Amino acid sequence: MMRAATSAPPSGVAEGYRREVPPVTREGEVASIDATGVYYQQLNDAVRDAIAAGATTVRITGMNGQRYLGAGLRATGVTIEAHGCAGNDTAMFADGPAIEVFGNAQDGVGNTMSSGRVVVHGDAGDVLGYGMRGGHVLVKGDVGYRVGIHMKAYEKHVPVVVCGGKARDFFGEYMAGGILVLLGVSTQFPEQPLVGGFTGAGMHGGVIYLRGTVEPWQCGAEVGITEATAEDLSALRPHIEEWATAFGADVDEIMAGSFTKLAPMSHRPYGKLYASI
Amino acid sequence: MQQTFVQPEFRVKIDYDKCHKCGRCVQQCGWGVYDFAERPIPHDEKCRACHRCVTFCPARCITIEKNTLAFRENDNWSVGLLKGVWKQAETGGVLLTSMGNPKPYERIFDRLVLDACQVTNPSIDPLREPMELRTYLGRKPDGVQVASDGAGGFTLAEGAGMANNIELATPIIFSPMSYGSVSLNVHRSLAMAAERLGILMNTGEGGLHEDLYPYQDHIILQVASGRFGLNPEVLGRAAALEIKIGQGAKPGIGGHLPGEKIDREVSATRMIPQGTDAISPAPHHDIYSIEDLRQLIYAIKEASGYKPVGVKIAAVHNVAAIASGIVRAGADYVYLDGFRGGTGAAPAVIRDHIGIPIEIAIAAVDQRLRDEGIRNQASIVAAGSIRSSADAAKAIALGADVVAIGTATLLALGCHLCQSCHTGSCSWGITTQKPELTRRIDPEWGAERLTNLVHAWSHELQEILGALGVNAVESLRGSRERLRAIGLDEQTCKILGVKPAGM
Repeated sequence: MMRAATSAPPSGVAEGYRREVPPVTREGEVASIDATGVYYQQLNDAVRDAIAAGATTVRITGMNGQRYLGAGLRATGVTIEAHGCAGNDTAMFADGPAIEVFGNAQDGVGNTMSSGRVVVHGDAGDVLGYGMRGGHVLVKGDVGYRVGIHMKAYEKHVPVVVCGGKARDFFGEYMAGGILVLLGVSTQFPEQPLVGGFTGAGMHGGVIYLRGTVEPWQCGAEVGITEATAEDLSALRPHIEEWATAFGADVDEIMAGSFTKLAPMSHRPYGKLYASI
Repeated sequence: MQQTFVQPEFRVKIDYDKCHKCGRCVQQCGWGVYDFAERPIPHDEKCRACHRCVTFCPARCITIEKNTLAFRENDNWSVGLLKGVWKQAETGGVLLTSMGNPKPYERIFDRLVLDACQVTNPSIDPLREPMELRTYLGRKPDGVQVASDGAGGFTLAEGAGMANNIELATPIIFSPMSYGSVSLNVHRSLAMAAERLGILMNTGEGGLHEDLYPYQDHIILQVASGRFGLNPEVLGRAAALEIKIGQGAKPGIGGHLPGEKIDREVSATRMIPQGTDAISPAPHHDIYSIEDLRQLIYAIKEASGYKPVGVKIAAVHNVAAIASGIVRAGADYVYLDGFRGGTGAAPAVIRDHIGIPIEIAIAAVDQRLRDEGIRNQASIVAAGSIRSSADAAKAIALGADVVAIGTATLLALGCHLCQSCHTGSCSWGITTQKPELTRRIDPEWGAERLTNLVHAWSHELQEILGALGVNAVESLRGSRERLRAIGLDEQTCKILGVKPAGM
């Protein structure tokens, strides 16, 4: 059986970027890549090559919306720094690497991610953490729609997403596992509600913590809304610490707020929906 | 409990004069039809007519009959509709069923006939002359580049654009059925058979169990909206990846595997907790447009080292335009699933009333891609009730590159089409996770039966090609001139691109 070929040799312009091998410099274990105007395929090839060549830090400058940074990357003990705006599906399918974005990130951060850590020093877009099964995603600011959709946990794999700002509709929809946290402390939209509608709609596993309150109409029918207990707060604290450490915030100040816990009322929300024929 | 109005569909008859009173029927039945009190006592209302007990009764003393209970004649209110209303009045539930649409819609394959050579352009005997079924799945180059083979002939030039194609020994592959909906032994049987046949099996959306790793070069791994069991490891192993958008049996809706079917192994393969429902949302929440689809196709390519990525859709009204978008989004193949395609569980109302026939979809998509000059950019895989090699040949003549078979493979493994997969109690050990039932399928036995089936169909395809006077399945592909319609209306003939018989 024929096997897959590698991508086409770089040439020409694609989607506004140049298909060119980006300049890479190496100092010790740090590889620096200037991504200015370079197409994502060549950028990702350069990142993979640098890691294969032993770099433990890959520093990317001139990042401007290139997609798929670290997508499908299996690597532990490796940090990728992206200076600029990370594009769609950053860390998609990633298994192990730490990715730190010094800027905003677009849609689909941590999509179907297995393990690793993503830190976004800015805002992030829609469908962050979709189907995520492990690892941590920390966002300093606001996030878009459908964030944390269908996150799932399995044995020791428990995905954690902590967003410092506010979120739009469908936060934690279909959630099947993991921990999804929304703080509302670092937002561009002080006038807006903490979270949109349909929060946790179809939720059947995992837990959502909101710093503040939420109206029942904002949540899916499958969600139980309670005030976080002392036990909940002690489980939550390490994740807040991780977020506060990443972004230089005060843990106690954040923890001093009141937290609402959203959890599914059933692991089988649709168990009685059907009549077998 | 209140008396149900729904009377049993079947009568289980035991000839007690012949009965050995051995209890084999009690042991074989997955539905719990039989009690045993000195002799087996059947409870008709539980019988699904799967014939497991009939097949394994050593005395051959069991038979299953239709319950012939009379209703006053009514063409409008069929007995099935009455039972549905009663069931829903009792339960308030959505009627759940399995396997393909059984309704008496027109079967277009049965209205199409193939051509054969007579007198001129002699037919070919495939038993004694070469007859090529080899098929390449994937994107073809815009033009062919050849190089000298050094012996006076030609060979495809390096970098001719064929490298990302998957070679199939015959244009028949196995359709996606997830581990969870079917048992691991079914998956093992399919994978072993695919390797022996030089074709592909498809994991469905439940992930790739590690027992299947040795067959990875013959496996398509599905990426569905639930994103079950996906990580770089399995993406890197599969021969091709497939984005599942829709399924012929349930277009436009998601699925959920009930918690009872999520045992330890299924949970490990899907990477979800044991006992919770495995919910596949209706849409992929990162695909709301063709541009988003392109983004996911290339995310998978980027994460898998640029393997072929296909997109599976249900055949629906606007299938040609959708397929065009899929090809332009960069898919290496488009998988079309017709409205008669099977399922492990679907609401009956969806299965029986949504979607269009696969024959129409193949013709419409093939024509659209040709008209737009992009037919070479993706293969067409057609499924949704390919019941025989004749259906396969007709599908290929209408424009499919490859057909995929699901129901036929399950029949080969013992399925009797009782349409009860969703109960999780399959007596044949196919659509169940109960260990006492799943062990009924020996993968070695299963692989042999599947291999036999595909070999037989392949031989029949060769016979058909021989009769048509062509020596390669490539020559039949999209060759609608070799089809004629019997009793199809003019508009349908026009859409199919097929003339009526006699023209």
